[in-house]
Amino acid sequence: MDFFLSLLVKGLTLGCIYALVALGFVLIYKATSVINFAVGEMMMLAGFLITAFVGLYGLPLAAAIGLSLLLMVLFGFVLERGVLRPMIGRPVIGMIMATLGLGIFLRGFAPVMWGVDKKNLDLMLPAQPLRLESIVVPPVDLAGVGITLFLLACFAYFFQRTRSGIAVRAVADDQQAAMAMGIRVSTVFALSWALAGITAVAGGVVWGNKIGVDQYLSLLGLRVFPVVILGGLDSIAGTIIGGLVVGASENIFGGYFDKYVGGGLKDFVPYVLMLLVLMVRPYGLFGREVIERV
Amino acid sequence: MVAAPERPLLQVNNIEVVYNGVVLVLRGVSLQVPQGGIVALLGANGAGKSTTLKAISGLLRPERGEVTKGSIEFMGERIDEKDAADIVRLGIVQVMEGRRVFEHLTTEENLIAGAHIRRDGQIRRDLEMVYHYFPQLKARRNVKAGYLSGGEQQMLAIGRALMSRPKLMLLDEPSLGLAPQLVAEIFDIVVRLNQEEKVTMLLVEQNAMMALQIAGYGYVMEDGRIVLDGDPEKLLNNEDIKEFYLGLSAVGQRKSYREVKHYKRRKRWLS
Repeated sequence: MDFFLSLLVKGLTLGCIYALVALGFVLIYKATSVINFAVGEMMMLAGFLITAFVGLYGLPLAAAIGLSLLLMVLFGFVLERGVLRPMIGRPVIGMIMATLGLGIFLRGFAPVMWGVDKKNLDLMLPAQPLRLESIVVPPVDLAGVGITLFLLACFAYFFQRTRSGIAVRAVADDQQAAMAMGIRVSTVFALSWALAGITAVAGGVVWGNKIGVDQYLSLLGLRVFPVVILGGLDSIAGTIIGGLVVGASENIFGGYFDKYVGGGLKDFVPYVLMLLVLMVRPYGLFGREVIERV
Repeated sequence: MVAAPERPLLQVNNIEVVYNGVVLVLRGVSLQVPQGGIVALLGANGAGKSTTLKAISGLLRPERGEVTKGSIEFMGERIDEKDAADIVRLGIVQVMEGRRVFEHLTTEENLIAGAHIRRDGQIRRDLEMVYHYFPQLKARRNVKAGYLSGGEQQMLAIGRALMSRPKLMLLDEPSLGLAPQLVAEIFDIVVRLNQEEKVTMLLVEQNAMMALQIAGYGYVMEDGRIVLDGDPEKLLNNEDIKEFYLGLSAVGQRKSYREVKHYKRRKRWLS
């Protein structure tokens, strides 16, 4: 039982910080119906920026994170203006390909700028893990859970309660009708990319601290894809539920059955889960259903 | 019509609209909407009514349409080069054909989205104003708009447009797909909004009888141009209108479509 509990708690915390990355998909999809395949790369870029500011320019950590936030928001705006706006009104697949290209570019660009060796992103958290009987939670995971829940709450409030948030959802529903209400679609898109930039910094901080910053940090983007599909591509709540389900199940399956199959279940279980959910709910657990009136 | 030489609120001068750079859909359309009036724009499917409205509201561009000739003036200002978002800010709002409510937003969120351009902090009060005209919407304020009935959705579409506090409302076929009783109710409210909230209306309709009952002036479009215009009495008494839009022949009986004349009449209009 102890073993199970510790696997579960570990899985759930892991799931929480998966959700952090997954947010990058959802924010963009919600407004623009584009799957942003550069999520992992944007996170990697944020990680590189922070380590560069600290390591090369000797900035204090807080300042480095603040500056990266600013730069990533700017990055979001520039990206929207330069790469994506010309494609508004064209088939969505064009934009999706553009995010793929952007990802590949960033994966090549970052090592050229800052080198291929793994850098530590030290958050100066206490090294002593939190213990509750047999359950052990490292401080970084705890910080990750905290950041995730905080961001989720912020975004949920933004989309449900603020007029700008409602405008974003209106654009997601019907772009032309939104235009007819005076909503500037390009501004909404830019806003979404800026928000995605913010989550990229959060993800970069947490995951950079957990596994170090190098180009392989970007692989997390695809790793959390089952989380996004499971939760629903356009659901904020779905990211956290999807994250928890994937995190817990991959940890539990891995913990119990890896010894029989020689390992690797962790990478495999989330995709099986994703396929099973898709059979029952094609838009994910919490995704937007297609409303049909009869 | 008042004889005063007052400048109309909206003036469309001889516009031509081209889609995709090649397809000419409007040729030389001119019309005027006086301050505080209700003007009806009638015509069959594909005559160019919706395109005319979209040319005014700036919604052509996302559909790759373009005003290539002529001008559109609103309160003396040219708007045919402006963005949809700027035109809404000037006070023109379009209620698009087919209602187009934001299905996954609740009724109230739809209304708040309609108030997107407002910066005056009066949104709460105007929500109540909309609920005053459409009490049904208040009862269903927290229901996703996609689950409203057709009539409720049309009310929501009009209410949502109202939330931008427009000077001119472009209504594209508000009667589409609604039961006659609902149509009468909607038209009733359109008149009340015109009188009580001082919203000028440009109304596109296929339901000519209904539209001409509330309008102060009417235009008839055919094949991308205006072929007839005048007071409602004049239009209602016009032989062609009677035949093509009201389905009545000269002696007041239903028209038989077997007669060849039907087609010939139509031909004459096109020349």
